[in-house]
Amino acid sequence: MSAVGVVMLVHTALERAEQVARHWTASGCPVVIHVDRNVPKIINDAFVRSCASDPLITFSQRHRCEWGGWGIVAASQSASEQLLENYPDVRHVYLASGSCLPLRPVRELIDYLDARPHTDFIESAATADVPWTVGGLDHERFTLRFPFSWKRQRKLFDAYVRLQRRLRVRRRIPEGLVPHMGSQWWCLTRQTLSAILQDPRRKTYDRYFRRVWIPDESYYQTLARLYSANIESRSLTLSKFDYQGKPHVFYDDHLQLLRRSDCFVARKIWPRADRLYQAFMTDEAHAMKRAEPNPGKIDRVFGKAVERRTRGRPGLCMQSRFPRKGHENGLTAQPYSVFQGFSDLFEDFERWLNKTTGARVHGHLFGPDRVAFAGGDTMINGVLTDSAGLRDYDPAAFLTNLIWNTRGERQCFQFGPADNQKINDMLARDSNARISIITGAWAVPLFRSNRSFGDLRKEAAHLQRIESKQIDFLRTEKTKARLQIWSMAEFVESPMEPIQALIDEIGPASARHLSEAPTMVDLTGFGQFLQNLKNQGMHPYLMGDFPVEKQPPAQSKPARKPYLVR
Amino acid sequence: MRLRRKRRIIRCLRRSKDLVSVRNNTAAIKPNDVLLVSTVRNEKIRLPYFLRYYRDLGIDHFLFIDNDSDDGTLEFLGSHPDVSVWYSNKSYKRATYGVDWTNYLLRTYAHGHWTLTIDPDEFLVYPFCDSRPVQALTDWLDNIGVRSFSSMLVDVYPKGRIDETPYREGQNPLEIANWFDSGNYTISKNHAYGNLWIQGGPRCRMFFSDNPKKAPALNKIPLVRWDRRYAYVSSTHALLPRGLNQVYDETGGEKASGVLLHTKLIDTFSAKAEEELARNQHYAASSEYKAYAQKLREQPVFWSKWSEKYINWRQLEILGLMSKGNWA
Repeated sequence: MSAVGVVMLVHTALERAEQVARHWTASGCPVVIHVDRNVPKIINDAFVRSCASDPLITFSQRHRCEWGGWGIVAASQSASEQLLENYPDVRHVYLASGSCLPLRPVRELIDYLDARPHTDFIESAATADVPWTVGGLDHERFTLRFPFSWKRQRKLFDAYVRLQRRLRVRRRIPEGLVPHMGSQWWCLTRQTLSAILQDPRRKTYDRYFRRVWIPDESYYQTLARLYSANIESRSLTLSKFDYQGKPHVFYDDHLQLLRRSDCFVARKIWPRADRLYQAFMTDEAHAMKRAEPNPGKIDRVFGKAVERRTRGRPGLCMQSRFPRKGHENGLTAQPYSVFQGFSDLFEDFERWLNKTTGARVHGHLFGPDRVAFAGGDTMINGVLTDSAGLRDYDPAAFLTNLIWNTRGERQCFQFGPADNQKINDMLARDSNARISIITGAWAVPLFRSNRSFGDLRKEAAHLQRIESKQIDFLRTEKTKARLQIWSMAEFVESPMEPIQALIDEIGPASARHLSEAPTMVDLTGFGQFLQNLKNQGMHPYLMGDFPVEKQPPAQSKPARKPYLVR
Repeated sequence: MRLRRKRRIIRCLRRSKDLVSVRNNTAAIKPNDVLLVSTVRNEKIRLPYFLRYYRDLGIDHFLFIDNDSDDGTLEFLGSHPDVSVWYSNKSYKRATYGVDWTNYLLRTYAHGHWTLTIDPDEFLVYPFCDSRPVQALTDWLDNIGVRSFSSMLVDVYPKGRIDETPYREGQNPLEIANWFDSGNYTISKNHAYGNLWIQGGPRCRMFFSDNPKKAPALNKIPLVRWDRRYAYVSSTHALLPRGLNQVYDETGGEKASGVLLHTKLIDTFSAKAEEELARNQHYAASSEYKAYAQKLREQPVFWSKWSEKYINWRQLEILGLMSKGNWA
């Protein structure tokens, strides 16, 4: 007979429970099983019969167990009492469930506990100090009453909580108790456990905890603090919880992960995880060579799952992640740059920018006729095509997809008043957008074109109207995008400083200074062109002040000469 | 909505007279079995592999509706102990494109069961499907109190022309068609039923670039813990009651989801498109099939250098087409 006894709470997968129980008894640990009252009598009877051949397995008085209710505590109380009474040699009681699986040979656990005869292993933390709880009920689970089932009577449950909050009803916590919480799976010494069970005030405590929310996570955890001389606040049972407080389940493919656990027992195991049961339910001789414990790895795997479920991957829209406006947690996957007016003002700006920064530089992605992907491609990552029709069906999705598909590579694209303006709303709200606008630069291609002046005038008025509206829109306070706007005159006067800043922002590789500046188009006569528009009654104002003289002020010589900044 | 749901149920009961039971093995269904329901027409060539794939996933019982096949489908299906078959020679269109028949079988045999409603060219891929049977998924969904599981259609296509490699009976169609589009899908919310409406993929870019609104819907909710009060509304795109369509998170998180690899675009497609066009039994006066038949005569190639080659579910999850959600 070993000094370790097991209390096992069972409600489903009874064959597995029996298998595990027999595994415990094979090493001499007596097992007291509590079968949930909700299990039908016929099934329970068959289970009891099939375990009858093992004298170390006994069954305790049955209680009805419901998640979050008192039943589970009552069950562990009866079973523990029975165990302590019937097996006087037992020094440590291990509380386990039917879906627990010993990860190490039982012998190791026995030895481990033998070496620590007075230690209680129970995770027990003061409520104020831990953020574990789900649903906002942390301290309140001790000060409100919870007569309704969370699972079956959710509306009543919530309503009653609200009512108590409104009426400011508070329960008094019995004197001497300091609420503690922790994993419901513990391993207590006979001393501590019997002190809890034989406490003269047990009736008071039980009455109090009967109406506490999820008492199995706080009853022993709180009371152990009264009696235990030596609490080690951790559970010997590995158990991971999802964001709703439901335990994660282990499957066959977790085998390698579980081998790296430093815990003695794991829960919950999927009942049909044959490989796990096979691998761990062997005697010492056949036990696998254990891997170096690395519980951090297990934490990471399950921590990531919670993160994925609650925050998701920024910039991803898909069948099971479709955030409402304002809940996107990042509209796009990564930063990107939008240039407006640059390709009008500089010769071959896209090629230059690509060469300087290494980023992928597209033309007018939202151009009217087609999507101008970098290099004139007709398709791009993710098989996005250059069809303007497909793009305009949902421009925001097009951009989200583009940025998602090209994760890891910086994207830049040109924009302008002739392009699809529907994307502005998204650009403004997206904190990943880096928008740089030279206002009025759209006039340059008009100025250089050969079209009749009547057309030009009309076109200029049209573009100016759009751009002015766009700027007003982007300049509202709600804009999260990083926005920089220069008037054309302002920019032409000293172009290099802003360009250097833009380059620095894009490429970490460009710690170097610019060796080659982009070539500005020849603006000789631009001032006169603007004056002509004015003379026709169309006042171009977005580009700032350009004198009518032959040359813009900053460009003393013909503008071909590149600027060099060293 | 309640009325609409009732109407669907009444319709399915009325259309149930179309169905003739050919082989009924449903007595063998045990309480926790996972079922599969499918409507087929002249799919004998696909069925052997289909059955193998889903048996391997852990489906316990298959329920088929044979819509007047003449290629021996019925005889083939009638010879398996885990398959039950019904036959109908009535109009597919009048049965709301098969939905009424499916709803009837679901209502009659699937109450309380996790049930996969699927076409014979669709192959379900869910997180961890290479190491966990479908019962692991359904047990987990039960555990967290979820009743329906989303799996969008992802069209797979071959590298060359689709008629280049003929499909052999029993063959895994993914051997022929294993390329797909990874990132050109658009999503909008259907406020009537609360489901998402997903479009895009190769069929959209090849056939509907002038009129993307008409492109086929790719959102599907094929796996449901069925209750006799439930009803599919249009194919498996949406269900009633509406809560079942809430398979997506709206606050930024990801729910778990899978993918239906849609192996329609193999060499059986052209013939099928012509046949379906002639029958005119499909949605919106078969406009989808009209577009297909016309373009298919030009022998299009769906493949591009940006296509992704299918490897496994992890790849689909990294690409963001499906998610593990909270399952680990």
